[in-house]
Amino acid sequence: MTIPQLEAKAKQLRKDVVRMLSTDLGGHIGGSCSFADIMAALYYHVMRYDPANPEDPNRDRFILSKGHSAPIQYAALLDLGVLPQGHKLKMLGSILQGHPDKLKTRGIEAGTGSLGQGLSLACGLAAGLRLDGLTSRVYVGLGDGEVAEGQVWEAALAAGERGFALDNLCAILDSNGIQANARLTDTLDTRPYKEKFDAFGWHAIELDGHDMQAILQAFDEAASVKGKPTILIAQTVKGKGFAFAEDNPKYHHAQLTPEQYEEAMQI
Amino acid sequence: MTAMHDQNVAYAEELLRLGSEDKRIVVVDPDSNKTPFPFQETYPDRYFEVGIAEANCVSFAGGLALSGKIAFANAFSVFIIGRAYDQARQSVAIPRANVKLVGFYSGFSDSADGATHQCFEDIALARALPHMTVLTPADSNEVVRLMRWSVAHDGPTYMRLTRGKWPQITPDDAPLTPYVLHEGNDIAIFAIGTMVSRALDAAEMLEREGISARVINIPMLKPLDDANIQNVCVGCKAVITCEEHSVIGGLSQTVAWALRGTSTPIEPVAVMDTFGQSARDHGQLLDHYGLSAKGICEKARALV
Repeated sequence: MTIPQLEAKAKQLRKDVVRMLSTDLGGHIGGSCSFADIMAALYYHVMRYDPANPEDPNRDRFILSKGHSAPIQYAALLDLGVLPQGHKLKMLGSILQGHPDKLKTRGIEAGTGSLGQGLSLACGLAAGLRLDGLTSRVYVGLGDGEVAEGQVWEAALAAGERGFALDNLCAILDSNGIQANARLTDTLDTRPYKEKFDAFGWHAIELDGHDMQAILQAFDEAASVKGKPTILIAQTVKGKGFAFAEDNPKYHHAQLTPEQYEEAMQI
Repeated sequence: MTAMHDQNVAYAEELLRLGSEDKRIVVVDPDSNKTPFPFQETYPDRYFEVGIAEANCVSFAGGLALSGKIAFANAFSVFIIGRAYDQARQSVAIPRANVKLVGFYSGFSDSADGATHQCFEDIALARALPHMTVLTPADSNEVVRLMRWSVAHDGPTYMRLTRGKWPQITPDDAPLTPYVLHEGNDIAIFAIGTMVSRALDAAEMLEREGISARVINIPMLKPLDDANIQNVCVGCKAVITCEEHSVIGGLSQTVAWALRGTSTPIEPVAVMDTFGQSARDHGQLLDHYGLSAKGICEKARALV
């Protein structure tokens, strides 16, 4: 896909998230929207991934460590046809669980939701794939509130150049500045990121998480790095795409009004 | 003279043997095994030393399982299932990951290190997780049998080991379901792990007093069919349960639950909701806290 096509796809995925949440259900709209451009880039351009063959052993894998943003991943999987239409998010018996479930939902590489564990899962997966001589890459999406979890740093240490040097691993930090209840600057600021990840033996790339050209360049750069994993530190806006939600802590998890729904459909 | 053998040695040797038979087997270790560790020396690419980071250790093992590996993750019991409980739950149990958690130095067996390292809650924690198989080998022979079973089983397991040399008491053809090691009819003594050999000693002592004790070993504490528990102690007038574990959530409550439809008197020999402490050796602590043949006999006499 071209950059304009990917940008359009990201916008479509955002609207799909709103449709998925509708107005009778609350959902994690903020972090789904801040991650939409990254999600579009990965599923529609960057990853070696054939939606007609989502179990291909040579595929690239994506793990959403910040699992509450499941709606944006579901939107991509539904659009690609990996998942069938007709399931309602979070309803009893739905394949669209509140947080990604590997056993219930095709296309989900690993169940997540308890923050801080996805990077470890991605590390183990990357290590196992490399052991088998596969050239698959593993991508993992982290939240900026999530990196307060100590386990993230246990995994970072193990993955870094002085650990297992997992250069088939690429993390993306969704740095939207807001966690569940407030801005990070009002709770516990987890920055700086580049210096931390440099110190842990990673290659860190800072970028605008809504600049599709910069995103693609960063993923390209990541694929060429040897001897250490890469992290894209993506500066983003929580709720990006919808004026009522942008940079607003109240939209980490929210239920939209009919007016907001209509506004969202017009973007 | 009964042969004595160290479960940790059995674990290390069998891991190497299994690893040579199945290349999918890998090991994740948070600085828990003494070096040289045979598997590490022979298959260095399949051995992942993650440092003192048990949370990462367990989820990393979950990640390896995602790539199709059979991942062993071993550490002190208190850390592998205690410290990393949420990881065991989220990264292993929920997705039914093919991860084999192994808890070293269970119960009082890390005698010198004291309360922080002595774990009496691990079975309770492991049993409470859906999809988790809980394994409690009574001797080194049983460790080998249970490891072989684990590798053939696609799903999460937790196995607790003890430290030091303990008597080899289980027969080669022992099943995984509860089985009788010593026949008797007055009282049924269910035991797991280190307490099995002590239960056998107690049975001998009781016999000399005219009390006939049936000693029953349970190598697989979960899943467990209540009917197996009921059937194996049929005919006995009372039951004693023996475990180097808390009275909460372990063998005693498992057996009591299985016998809930009966009016069989049941008494536990267990750690009575207390933490441990330091001592020169393991046996000293077991005796001090009543987990001895003598302690079992006292309970038995009161019941018959």
